[in-house]
Amino acid sequence: MRKHVLLVEDEANIIEAVRFLLTRDGWHVEAHADGNTAMARIVERQPDLVILDLMLPGKSGLDILRDLRGNPTFAELPVLMLTARGQEQDRDLAAQAGASRFMTKPFSNVEVLEAVRELAAQ
Amino acid sequence: MTTLNSLVLVCLAYVAFLFAVAFAAERAAVRGSRQWLRAPLIYTLSLSIYCTAWTFYGAVGYAARSGMEFVTIYLGPSLVMFGWLWVLRKLVRIGRTHKVTSIADLISSRFGKSNTLAVLVTLVAVIGVTPYIALQLQSVTLSLAIFAELDPGGEPLNKGPAAFWISFGLILFTMLFGTRNLNANERQHGIVIAIAVEAVVKLVALLAVGAFVVWGMAGGVGEMMQRIDQSSIAEWRVERGRWATVTFLAAAAFLCLPRMFQVLVVENDDDRQLETASWLFPLYLFAMSLFVVPIAVMGLEMLPESNPDLYVLTLPLLLEKDALAVLAFLGGFSSATSMVIVASLALATMVSNHIVMPIWLSLHGEGASVSGDVRHVVITARRLSIMFIIGLGYIYFRISGGSAALASIGMISFAGVAQFLPAMIGGIFWRGGTRAGALAAVSVGFVIWVWTMLLPSFGAGGLLTPQVLAEGPWGIRALRPQALFGFEALDSTVHAVWWSLSLNFLTFWCVSIFTFPRPLERLQGAQMVNVFDRAGGTTRGWSATAAQSEDLLIMAQRILGPEEARTLFRQEASAQGYSGNLPDPSPEFLQKLERELAAAVGAATAHAMIGQIAGGPGISVEDLIAVADESAQILEYSNQIEAKSAELSRTARQLKEANTKLKKLSVQKDAFLSQISHELRTPMTSIRAFSEILRDTDELAVDEKTRFASIIHDEAIRLTRLLDDLLDLSVLENGQVTLNRQVGSLETLLNRAVQTVQPGGDGPMKIIRRRINEQVLLQTDLDRLTQVFINLVSNAQKYCAAPNPRLTIQANQTDTEVTIDFIDNGTGISEADQALIFEKFSRLGDSDGSGAGLGLAICAEIMERLGGSIRYLPGTGGTGFRVTLPKVHAMAAQ
Repeated sequence: MRKHVLLVEDEANIIEAVRFLLTRDGWHVEAHADGNTAMARIVERQPDLVILDLMLPGKSGLDILRDLRGNPTFAELPVLMLTARGQEQDRDLAAQAGASRFMTKPFSNVEVLEAVRELAAQ
Repeated sequence: MTTLNSLVLVCLAYVAFLFAVAFAAERAAVRGSRQWLRAPLIYTLSLSIYCTAWTFYGAVGYAARSGMEFVTIYLGPSLVMFGWLWVLRKLVRIGRTHKVTSIADLISSRFGKSNTLAVLVTLVAVIGVTPYIALQLQSVTLSLAIFAELDPGGEPLNKGPAAFWISFGLILFTMLFGTRNLNANERQHGIVIAIAVEAVVKLVALLAVGAFVVWGMAGGVGEMMQRIDQSSIAEWRVERGRWATVTFLAAAAFLCLPRMFQVLVVENDDDRQLETASWLFPLYLFAMSLFVVPIAVMGLEMLPESNPDLYVLTLPLLLEKDALAVLAFLGGFSSATSMVIVASLALATMVSNHIVMPIWLSLHGEGASVSGDVRHVVITARRLSIMFIIGLGYIYFRISGGSAALASIGMISFAGVAQFLPAMIGGIFWRGGTRAGALAAVSVGFVIWVWTMLLPSFGAGGLLTPQVLAEGPWGIRALRPQALFGFEALDSTVHAVWWSLSLNFLTFWCVSIFTFPRPLERLQGAQMVNVFDRAGGTTRGWSATAAQSEDLLIMAQRILGPEEARTLFRQEASAQGYSGNLPDPSPEFLQKLERELAAAVGAATAHAMIGQIAGGPGISVEDLIAVADESAQILEYSNQIEAKSAELSRTARQLKEANTKLKKLSVQKDAFLSQISHELRTPMTSIRAFSEILRDTDELAVDEKTRFASIIHDEAIRLTRLLDDLLDLSVLENGQVTLNRQVGSLETLLNRAVQTVQPGGDGPMKIIRRRINEQVLLQTDLDRLTQVFINLVSNAQKYCAAPNPRLTIQANQTDTEVTIDFIDNGTGISEADQALIFEKFSRLGDSDGSGAGLGLAICAEIMERLGGSIRYLPGTGGTGFRVTLPKVHAMAAQ
């Protein structure tokens, strides 16, 4: 059975690029653009991995992550954070909130792929 | 027979007696028992210095020569006392309130404290009084000569040396009296008492001689009257011009003579003295004149060859009444000495105050006035002045030959000092009088007096050649000294008095009218003219009772600080022989205290403060002005400080504001950079991701390759547009943008905008316009305005989510502005968001990739540059924006 990844991202082109990459690697990719409903979607879909954009319409990626980690069900869920704001401060905040991995946009396709594979193997 | 030597001894004894009286009076004054010194009787007697040797000896001579005319000399002052008492009262009040020290001081004070005027008045006074002093020398010399003639063992008196020694004696006498102590105060208690004693001596002497003549020689009043009827005096007729002139002259001189001013005004303590003097002094004059005619008649009868000026002396001597003769001599001596002493003292005060001291101070610079030897300088200056003035009298006596009748010499002095009358009386009654007027008046009067009276008095061949007297200088007959402007018929005295005083008065009036008084002149004038309007002080100098010492200490503590004030008071108390902190408030201590206070609060304030407590002379307007000046300086200073501190706090506030602004800007800048970073990274992410896919993926389908390449292309364009916007905004915000103003019609601009957004004229959104309203000519930067329109139309097209999107563009104009509304049928923008849409990167949460949220920010910047505005238009049912341009830039289409 294909592993399930939920991509929370509001840029259509980025969604398409990530979907293309991971689908070819054997993942089932599902995208979700709205921060407000992202948590409910995760609860509903129980993905194997979440790729979370930091700046989202409605609710920020950090808040979604905190909600996730606050829920014992998702305490161990691998979360890869992506952000276009590559500042040190954001990296620290993400680590504190419980991000499994942190990457800045623009990212290298290979690195994203490797990160997803590693996180899934854990 | 009385020998000359014994007479000199009698004189010396008399002088010693006077000196003792004066000394006792001074002591009494120092002890504080001034009450009897201020008695109206003493004041009235002191006025008797009006009666000099001229009156004592000369009146008889005057009567012998000119009949009853001598009465004018007594009539003038009596008229002043009866009729002009209000003038006197005003003078006296002004003298007290303004602490006037002499007539020169009064006139100069009145005309703005002009020292030039003081010097002029002093010089005129010295020159005017010189003949008068000479007159006294002459009378004493003549009277001594009479005794010398009758001294069987002696030789005839050599008048020149005798006059010299008399002058010398008078100088010594005056110095001893007037400048004995180092107190430079103008008040002379001792002298006033001595004068009063002399007044009694001369009256008693004259009455004694008169009584002797009437009862001892004539044999009774009836017999005397018969002799008078038979004498030439009875034939005398009133010469109206001379009578009026001399009476007026005597009255004027009574007010203007420096010595009279001294006793009348300077030594006056209260109005009560004047009230008594107003009837008592005329009575004294009456008593003095009572026996003049009998003595003259008897003299003419018994001693027709002798000098009529000396009948008072020669009649008793004729009948060998030695004691009476000595008494008469002492009366004459009293008259002469009292006049010389007071006159030379009064003049010396003027000379030292107005001439010597100013020169000395200017030679010794600023510091001189505070150093200790000023009083010494004052005393020295006065002593020298006394020597100089009496010396001048002696020189006049020698030059004039000592032969003229006493009365005519006296008249010259009277006319000389009368030149002050217009300036003095005009000054205290007419506020319009000016310094220039007074200067000119005194000068003109003085020159005419010198020319018509003083110079001719030395006789033809004296100081004027007979030719000048007869033909005028350089043959100008109009300037003949005794027939000025051709008035030949007049008596020489009437002539001189008439011309000098009328021109003097006329000059004062005319020059005053045509000159403008300085502020100080106005002030002094107003004060003196209205002297009765304010309660004047009745004492001069500080005098306080012991009860006030405590008040003084309290005040001093406030100003000097408790410690310093207590130390000052304690030192003074122990110096006065008291224990404790409270000394007697002696005048010296009050002055010392005033100086101490002055160092802290300024002289004028200190004077006013002590004045309040010690109840000294009322605070004059001048004092108040000085206080106000000091206060103004302090106020000015504190205002400056206040202004500075206000400035400082303003600067501090500005700095604080700037700091807050900078902090805010810094935060904004961080946020902005973070936003830019995000906005730039997002398209780059797509570009990088797809270019890596294209590079790394071998088995891509053609349509996939095309699609990915076009995504890269679109994102690159998005990136470029973002950079363009950023640049645009940066330029607009920094104000570096140059506006390219042109004229164009609104319709054309809107056409261009719509064309840009919907090339080919059709699109998903329907655009509704009312072209009839768009016929407006605009003068503005057309490209920039079009950019705003494009932005609005494209936003509407981008974000209007209605099923049938529709945009209405509607132009309107008022008197002052043109508005263009862009209203679509979308969902509108929430109230909270309306506040944000014009901020940078405020792109409302949507996922549409196009636009970076800079558009409306740029529109707002552009409209601000164009002098208009753009705002959200709520309540339209959709999303509405209103662009407003001021009418300056709008013109109706032609």
